[in-house]
Amino acid sequence: MNGNPLRPLLDRSRWRAPELVFWALIIAAFFAFPDHRSLGAQVLVTGIFALSLDMLLGYAGIVTLGHAAFFGVGAFTAGWLGKYGWHEPVSALAIAAAVAACAGALGSRLVVRGTDLSRLMVTLAIGLVLYEAANKATAVTGGIDGLQGIEFTPLLGLFPFDLMGSTAYVYAAIVAFVTLYLVRRLVHSPYGLSLHATRMNRRRALAVGIDDGRTLAISYIASAAVAGIAGALTTQITQFITIDALGFGRSADILIIAALGGVGYLYGGFIGALVFVVGRDLLSGISPAYWHFWLGLLLVLTIFFARGGIMGTAARLARRLAQRETQR
Amino acid sequence: MLTDFVGVIIDGTSYGAMLFVIALGLSITLGLMGFVNLAHTAVAMFGGYFLVTLVNQLAWPFFVSVAVVVVVIALASLVLERVVYAPFYRATALDQSLLTFGLMLMAGGIVHYFWGSSQQAVRVPEYLEGRWYLGDLSISKYRLMLLGTGMALLALLNWGLDSTRLGAMIRASVDNQRIAASMGIPVKRVFMIAFAIGSGLAALGGALGAEVLGLDPAFATRTLVLCLLVVVLGGAGSVNGTFFAAMLLGICDIGSKYYVPEFGAFMIYVLMAVVLLYRPQGLYSLVARRRAA
Repeated sequence: MNGNPLRPLLDRSRWRAPELVFWALIIAAFFAFPDHRSLGAQVLVTGIFALSLDMLLGYAGIVTLGHAAFFGVGAFTAGWLGKYGWHEPVSALAIAAAVAACAGALGSRLVVRGTDLSRLMVTLAIGLVLYEAANKATAVTGGIDGLQGIEFTPLLGLFPFDLMGSTAYVYAAIVAFVTLYLVRRLVHSPYGLSLHATRMNRRRALAVGIDDGRTLAISYIASAAVAGIAGALTTQITQFITIDALGFGRSADILIIAALGGVGYLYGGFIGALVFVVGRDLLSGISPAYWHFWLGLLLVLTIFFARGGIMGTAARLARRLAQRETQR
Repeated sequence: MLTDFVGVIIDGTSYGAMLFVIALGLSITLGLMGFVNLAHTAVAMFGGYFLVTLVNQLAWPFFVSVAVVVVVIALASLVLERVVYAPFYRATALDQSLLTFGLMLMAGGIVHYFWGSSQQAVRVPEYLEGRWYLGDLSISKYRLMLLGTGMALLALLNWGLDSTRLGAMIRASVDNQRIAASMGIPVKRVFMIAFAIGSGLAALGGALGAEVLGLDPAFATRTLVLCLLVVVLGGAGSVNGTFFAAMLLGICDIGSKYYVPEFGAFMIYVLMAVVLLYRPQGLYSLVARRRAA
């Protein structure tokens, strides 16, 4: 047992009780709130998007201001497929993920170079360029009116997408689980350790033989693929897509969601998404400008008093409780 | 042909001059302390809105109002620096970005609440209205004033950095904070002063540039993108680099919108991508080069 060098990794990748509770709650929510399944699906999809950002923020240490680019690429890929004849949803999801990953690969060369600031800039620019391109290419994207007439066949040929959002909820929950499982495997693999090392100290990582550029590029591409899945899922559920999916506002919102939930925990994004989507739904009567004011205030207070977001605070409290137990 | 070209150059450089004035403070905070201050353009936005209130509603003289706005915002920023920013100097880039991003969102909401969502225009004094005509060429007086202000500030700042005691202390702190501190330079206070100067400049840029950049609650987000571009292109912490990059960006943006309107908004991003591919530290990164040596 002692001889296994992967022991720490195996320990860390063990499924823990709170995780099982989390997934049990997602199943329970389906039955407990039958009227809010559409909203629930929205929370789950936003959670997947936030998870993809968490890979960059929490694991690779890359701050990005343009992550909506890949969400949008996935969303539009699924939209075009659904509009021009490819109506099978699951394969469309896979294609969208692949296209988003390719887009990520194109952008990764610029992103892995340079400092935090130039990364901030490059990611912002990638998002803005794509938005401008989509805005100009109205024939392809429908401009501000968006793509109409997107259709998908029933899921697995059995479950049509209904107005209640029951199919959407189950579909989103399953995709969320599969994505989280894969990302979880990735960050707890030896590759995940090298990513961790690169984030903590790039020079030392380089010194022990880690190709830092390649490590960061892989995480960027994987993250783009997951963001693409979230985008495609949104299109399939709502059967509608506008260029807002690519906008700066979307990138900003997801950054806030990830930060509120807490980065580096995988589940933070889902918790943040729940707070954000439900909060916006409750406050939707209020003007969006004021909603953004309160959001900004919440963000500032989080950074000041609850660093690490909801998950970080919970982890701190749990640690403190555990300490008290041992002292007794 | 030629008059078009001269017109583009004048519009581009006066636009660039305003970007220079606003972006300089961002360049200082990033270059001196490595602090990612995304709320910097929100300061410029408040400069513009305060000017609107003073000039349009209280009917104060234009340049007196500008001076008051700059001084008030520079002083207010000292408080902001101590209370909100100082605890985060050692925080990660992520925490700094999120904190200042939150502040920017709040600023947008505040402005929307007090001044409404519609675009505001500052009432410009008569002697700055209209244009001068030189044959076919017509030049906006206001834009010429902007260009002059930008040039004057460039000269003043270069002189200040090269030939004053404070400038020497700032340069020393940029080069090496720890050694500067051990030589008895009050790095903390130097930074506070530099921060206040940067905020004052941002307020000046926002106040004068409102006419060119357009003043509405989205001002901070929109100009933030441009200012970050300027800082990244120019290299953080360099006055001349910031100036050069701002001018390049201004001319490139106006020129491409005039000559190739279908690609108008792309050109500046293409410019940035090309520069970053070959010079990841920016065009004028004396700081980085000196540190590497």
